Formats: sequence, C-alpha cells, structure tokens
Amino acid sequence: MHVRVVGALGLIAMVALCSACGTNPSASSSALSGTITIFAASSLNAAYTAIGKAFEKTHPGTMVTFTFGGSSMLVSQIQQGAIGDVFASADQPNMQKLINAGLTVQSPIVFARNDLEIVVGKGNPKHITSLADLARSGLVVVLCAPVVPCGHYAAQALQKAGVSVQPASQEADVKAVLTKVALGEADAGIVYVTDVKAAGGAVEGVAIPPAVNVVAEYPIVILKDSQNRALARAFVSYVLTDGRPILVRYGFTNP
Amino acid sequence: MTLEARIRASLGAFELDVELAVAAGELVAVLGPNGAGKTSLLRALAGLVPVSAGRVTLDGVVLEDPAEGIRVPSERRPIGLVFQDYLLFPHLSVLENVAFGLRARGMARAVAVAQAGRWLDRVGLPAEGGRRPASLSGGQAQRIALARVLACNPALLLLDEPMAALDASTRVEFRRDLRRHLESFRGVRLLVTHDPVEAMAMADRLVVLENGHVLQSGTPADVTQHPRSRYVADLVGVNLFRGRVSHNVITLAGGGSLTTAGAADGDVFAVVHPRTVALYRTRPDGTPRNVWEGRAVDLDLEGDRVRVRLTGSPPIVAEVTPAAVRELGLDRGDQVWVAVKATEVNVYPA
Amino acid sequence: MILAGAGAAFFIVPLVGLLVRTPWMSAWHELGSPEVLAALRLSLLASFSATAIALVLGVPLAWTFARLTFPGRSVLRALTVLPMVLPPVVGGVALLLAFGRQGLLGGWLATAFGIHLPFTTAGAIIAETFVAMPFLVITVEAGLRSMDTRFEDAARTLGASRWTVLWRVTLPLVRPSLIAGAVLCWARALGEFGATITFAGNFPGRTQTMPLAVYLALETNPDAAIVLSLVLLAVSLAVLIGLRDRWLGAS
Repeated sequence: MHVRVVGALGLIAMVALCSACGTNPSASSSALSGTITIFAASSLNAAYTAIGKAFEKTHPGTMVTFTFGGSSMLVSQIQQGAIGDVFASADQPNMQKLINAGLTVQSPIVFARNDLEIVVGKGNPKHITSLADLARSGLVVVLCAPVVPCGHYAAQALQKAGVSVQPASQEADVKAVLTKVALGEADAGIVYVTDVKAAGGAVEGVAIPPAVNVVAEYPIVILKDSQNRALARAFVSYVLTDGRPILVRYGFTNP
Repeated sequence: MTLEARIRASLGAFELDVELAVAAGELVAVLGPNGAGKTSLLRALAGLVPVSAGRVTLDGVVLEDPAEGIRVPSERRPIGLVFQDYLLFPHLSVLENVAFGLRARGMARAVAVAQAGRWLDRVGLPAEGGRRPASLSGGQAQRIALARVLACNPALLLLDEPMAALDASTRVEFRRDLRRHLESFRGVRLLVTHDPVEAMAMADRLVVLENGHVLQSGTPADVTQHPRSRYVADLVGVNLFRGRVSHNVITLAGGGSLTTAGAADGDVFAVVHPRTVALYRTRPDGTPRNVWEGRAVDLDLEGDRVRVRLTGSPPIVAEVTPAAVRELGLDRGDQVWVAVKATEVNVYPA
Repeated sequence: MILAGAGAAFFIVPLVGLLVRTPWMSAWHELGSPEVLAALRLSLLASFSATAIALVLGVPLAWTFARLTFPGRSVLRALTVLPMVLPPVVGGVALLLAFGRQGLLGGWLATAFGIHLPFTTAGAIIAETFVAMPFLVITVEAGLRSMDTRFEDAARTLGASRWTVLWRVTLPLVRPSLIAGAVLCWARALGEFGATITFAGNFPGRTQTMPLAVYLALETNPDAAIVLSLVLLAVSLAVLIGLRDRWLGAS
C-alpha cells in the first residue's frame, strides 16, 4: 500500500513536470496556449474584461480569467497561497507588500493612472461642487475603508484640501461606494474617474482640482507562482501596448 | 340541574347526531365501539368542537345554539373533563396541577394552593403535592386528574374513558373511588366508555352510540335484555335476529325463520341465548319447534364453555360443554343439527 | 465511523488551525485596542437585540403557522423562511430597497418620524434580525406542532382564557424549542456579515460588528484578524456550552 502511494505520487509528479515542459519559456508566441488568472483591482473590472476578450481574440486557444477585488484583499489572498499568474494593483504600497514577500517576478511596471473623482447621484440633487461641500452637515457620504487603495487616496486628497469628513460608512471596495450612491442611499462618495464613467447615467461626477487630487498609479507584475509564464508575459505586454487605447476609453490616463 | 343536548356535528367520516338529557344525580354512561363518536360528543359538550346545529342547555342556561348565534367558549362553561390519558401538566407539580383551574378562574395563589391541598387529601394522596406527574403511577395520576377537575366544582362532569389506561387491578380500585366521589358530586355526570363491565357496574342509564347515532337508551338491564344492535348483542353475548312476525313465525331479515311461543304481528327483534341452543348429530325428533341444519365453522373455548359458531339458515352461536363437544366428536366443518325451543325465543318490537 | 470521524475533523481542523496560528504574545495587546472592544461591544449589543426582537415577533408568527389555517398561509411561510436561503448580501439589498432612503418604507419613515435606518446601529440590528429570525420561527413552529394540543384543551376546560393557556401551558411546554430557537437565532445574528455591510455599512463603533472587523483586518493586519476571530469563537463557545443539553435537550 505504501509503495503504491509513492508510485502514484511519482506518476503525478512526472505528469506535472511534463506539462511544465510543454510551456518552455523560450517557446515562440505562436505556440501560446493555456489559461492564466489575473488578479486585478476592482476599478479595473470593465477595462480588463475588455482587454481580456481582445487578447483571447488575438491569441486563439488561450483563455484569460479574472479575479477582481480590493487590492489589499487580493494581496492577502496571494500571500495566503492563492494561485494566479498576474497581479494588477490600484496602488504601489499594496504591490510593495508582495515584492517584500518575494512573490513577484521582476519589477512591476506602471501601466495606467487614475484620478479620483467625487461621485454624486443623477442630477446632483445636493448641489455638490467641491471636496469642501462633503463636510456639509446632513450629507450622507461614503468612502472606501482606509485599508483599501481608494480609501487611503481619498484620505490624502481630503487632507490636501484641508477638509474633514465624517463618512456614514467605510466600504470594503470602491464598487460598493459607487453602488450606494447609485442606489440613492448615499449623497456622495469618492471613487475613481473610471468608476464614474463605467456607471453611465446612474451617477454623475464632480471633478477634483488637480492641485488637491491624488493620482493613483496602477502597477502590474507577474507572480512567482505562475504556471504559464510565457502567456503571462504576453498578457502584460499586451496591456502595455494594444491595451492602452482600451484603458483610455474607460477613463484611465497614460502613465 | 339538567343537561339537555341536541347535537349535530360533522366529524369528517360521519355525522354526529345525538339527543340526550341527563339529570343531576343520575350517572349516564355512553357506550359504543371505537370510532362511534363518543369522545367527539364529550368534546362538543365541552365546547372544544363546534356544533353545526342543535342546542346545548345546562341548568337552563344555553351553552350553544348555532341558530341563535350563541356559543359559550370552553373556558366559561362550568364543566370538568377527565381524560383517558390524565393529561396532567408535566411542567407543573401535582399541587400546582390541582390548583390550576382555581387560579385560572382568578383565585389568589395561596388560597388556591390550600384548597388544592385539601382535595389531595380527599383523593387519598396527601403527601404527593410536590411531585412531578411523570413520577406518578397510572392510578395516582388519574386520581389527581379527578381532583383537579372536582376542585373547580363543575356543574357538568364529563369522564372520557377514565379507566381505559389503567391496568386491571388499578381499575377495580379506581372504580370504587370514583363511585365514592361521584356519590357526593351534586352536578350532572356523563361517563364515556367502551367497556361494558364498567358501564353496567356504574351507570343508572346507558346510551349506546354507533356511527354517531344513538341506537338505544335505557337502564342497563333494559338494554342488555333487549339489544337492538349487533354491537350490544355481541357485548352481552346473545344471538340477535330481526324480522317480521306473522302467525307466531318470524321471517328473518337474513334468511330463514324462527317459530315463537306467542308474539304479536309486526317488525321484531328476537334474542336467543347461546346456552339454549342444542346440537345433534342426527335430526332430532322432539318438541323443539326450530330445527335446522348447520355447519360448525368455529369452536372457541371460553372458560368452562365452548362457543360454537354455526352457519345455516339462520346462522347462530351455541354454547355447550367441552365434554359434549368430545362426546359428539365435534370439529370444525362438521354438519350438525341445531334445535331451539320456541319458548326460548325472546321477542320484542323493533 | 470513518465518515463520522471525517465529519468531526471537518469542524475541528479549522478551529485548531486558528488556535495554532494565534500570536499569543501580542494577543493581549490587540485585544485592548479600542477598535476591537468597540466591535465586540457592538456585536454583542446587536446580536442580543436582534434575538430579543426575533422572540417578540417570531413566537407569535410561529404560533400562527402552527395553529391556524388561512388562505395564503404557505406563501407567507415561504416568505418568512426566505432569508434563510437567500445569500445574505441579497438580503441586504432587499432591506435597502425597503428601508433605504428611496425605499418603499424608508422614505416615509424618514419624513414622518425622522427615522433613518441605513448606516446606523439600528440598521445593523435590523439586518441581523432579518437573517436570523427565520431560525427561531422554524424551531418554535416545529416545537408547537409536535406538542400534544390536548394539554391546551385540558387547560381551557379548567377555565383558562386563551392568554392563560398560552403563557402557563403552551409556552412552558415548548421551552426547549424556544431556547434552541433563540440560541440559533443569536448565533446566526452574531456571525452576520453580508446583509449588515450592505444595509448598515461599515463604521467603527457604529456599524462595524466583529465579522466586518475581521474581514477588513485580514487585509492589513492578519494577526489582529486572528485574535478577533478567536474572541468571537470564545464568546460563542461560552454561550453554547453554558446552555448545553440541559436546556437544548428534552425538558
């Protein structure tokens, strides 16, 4: 029984090794195949899904799957052992955590920038025009929780503007902030420009002056535990080249 | 104080249609097979089941009359119901059980408990006050249940097969106690039972209920000597026939005929006691007017008698000694001749 | 036996993992922090309040289902059980649509009584009640159905009014179900996350209950998350063990 178990394990190991043999890192891009998983910040949801579809069209036979979430939550999951190929973060500090943990391959590259924007309900019923208005009493404001990138960016912007806000809630990710405003439960929130664009007519945006705005930088990196480095690399370079116009279309700016 | 009840109620499988009147001081027993509607009758009198038509009056007060829109709820009727399963509240002590009705009707706790204690004495269980019902024997539990009901001094006492759950010896003892308590009870009492011995032993009047209808009503002697249904006949252990008399001959409803010793023409019941039925191997030549051939289909030894069930025209049950069976070499399936004297055929109008 | 062992392991291993990974050294320090105490206090307040509300509203509801028949009963019953099978977040969204500012009743409550529910502690309590009350209703209803109703008949013939029957006979007889239902309800309320964060939001001291605190702490401070989880575990065990068989078993 003992010998048989070892034998079975040996067989499985050989098969695993051989499948790794199949994706030799030095193989040409015409032999690209397989599936990769991208961990990406929730603000990248719409843009990356479009990029993924375009990539699959360009490289038939490949598949790109996504896991979207708050950047800090994704980092947590990767640290706890979640298997993925690529990580695209909404800020540098979260990316740095992964680098410090030795879970990345090479250095990350910033592929996009995102500005913060105030989001309000359709028609801006409360007539909000600036960050200072958010401190008005009686206003229901929601922000991202400080541990999430958009949360600490918002805190920086508010500090720069010298405004102190008492949020009604600190949401776990930026999409939740958007939803609360879109549903009419909250009067205003601070999200990314891309989120306001993605929400269409359900909400409106109020610009934050560049002087006090905080620009989010989005780095992307290949994860050490990636099973398909060739495909991962191809995806990253796609994001940096053909993916650019797609990102701009969704409201991101070039780095 | 009288109970007058005319009740019609729908009970799913059949209709309950009963009319009875009970005066204070007389104990009426409602007798009938299982499923006859006896418990339903009590529940209707107690107000637990609505009546679809009729009228229930107790001591002149109308308790229920659907036609006039009167329905006094159970809790306001001056009744007491003793259940077959005792139904003592398991989460209360014996004393609290007996005091329950008093407290429910507004009596102060201390006074109620004191009275409950006195009732425990009366039923002979003075020391059991603190115990839980689960630890009581059947006989003790039923006595407590009785005390619980009598403590409230009801005007109408309903007893639903109170001894059915007790074992034989406890039953005898309880019956004695019950009679004693009932003697001093001044209200109306109605006892439901399926045990004929209990009914005969305790009742002043019997009401026989079957399929929701009253088949017979009268003193125990009256009912047993003149059964008007198979049920009562079987209870008493006699042969019952029904037919039409013409010139002293009854043409039986089930086929065959019986000669009587003198009966008025008309529809009749006829009773023949099994011990008056004689059996012969060959056709007897003698005085009995009723002689016919039959076949023995069942022989049952009951005590020191053998009951022989015979098919024939008419079918009949005979009671003979075991010695006779041996002498006759009687066995299941044997052809025999049956003889019954005309004078032993008891006839009464249907 | 092997299957039973696997079943037990399924529950025991994660709990043991939690205990093994606990940073016992820094645990005390974490426990003392104001956020943790605030979250714990809020969780206990909200879960016990939710259970109290569930008892007041749920017991009569359970009685209605167990004792009465009326047209639409099965539909109503299915609706009250729905929160048990709905994903909690969906429950939260439903609460927003009902009690939110633009909701069916929320707008009226705000203008007529000045009552705002989202983003408040009351909102957190309501979210917890919404998901946890069905457990109590189902348990108590089962108890009422399996009880011998002739005890109620006996009480009535002894002169007890309907109220007296309920208080002195029916409820005492179903006490094990009442307690089991309340405990299940409380436990479910304590662990509630999805409906709370959707309807009441997340704000320390006001709506950040323990499960929310654990979720967010996990991202920046796993040690704190572990300690919080342990506290929640300890509190739950204390209540469950305190109530054990004596109360949850036969009366």
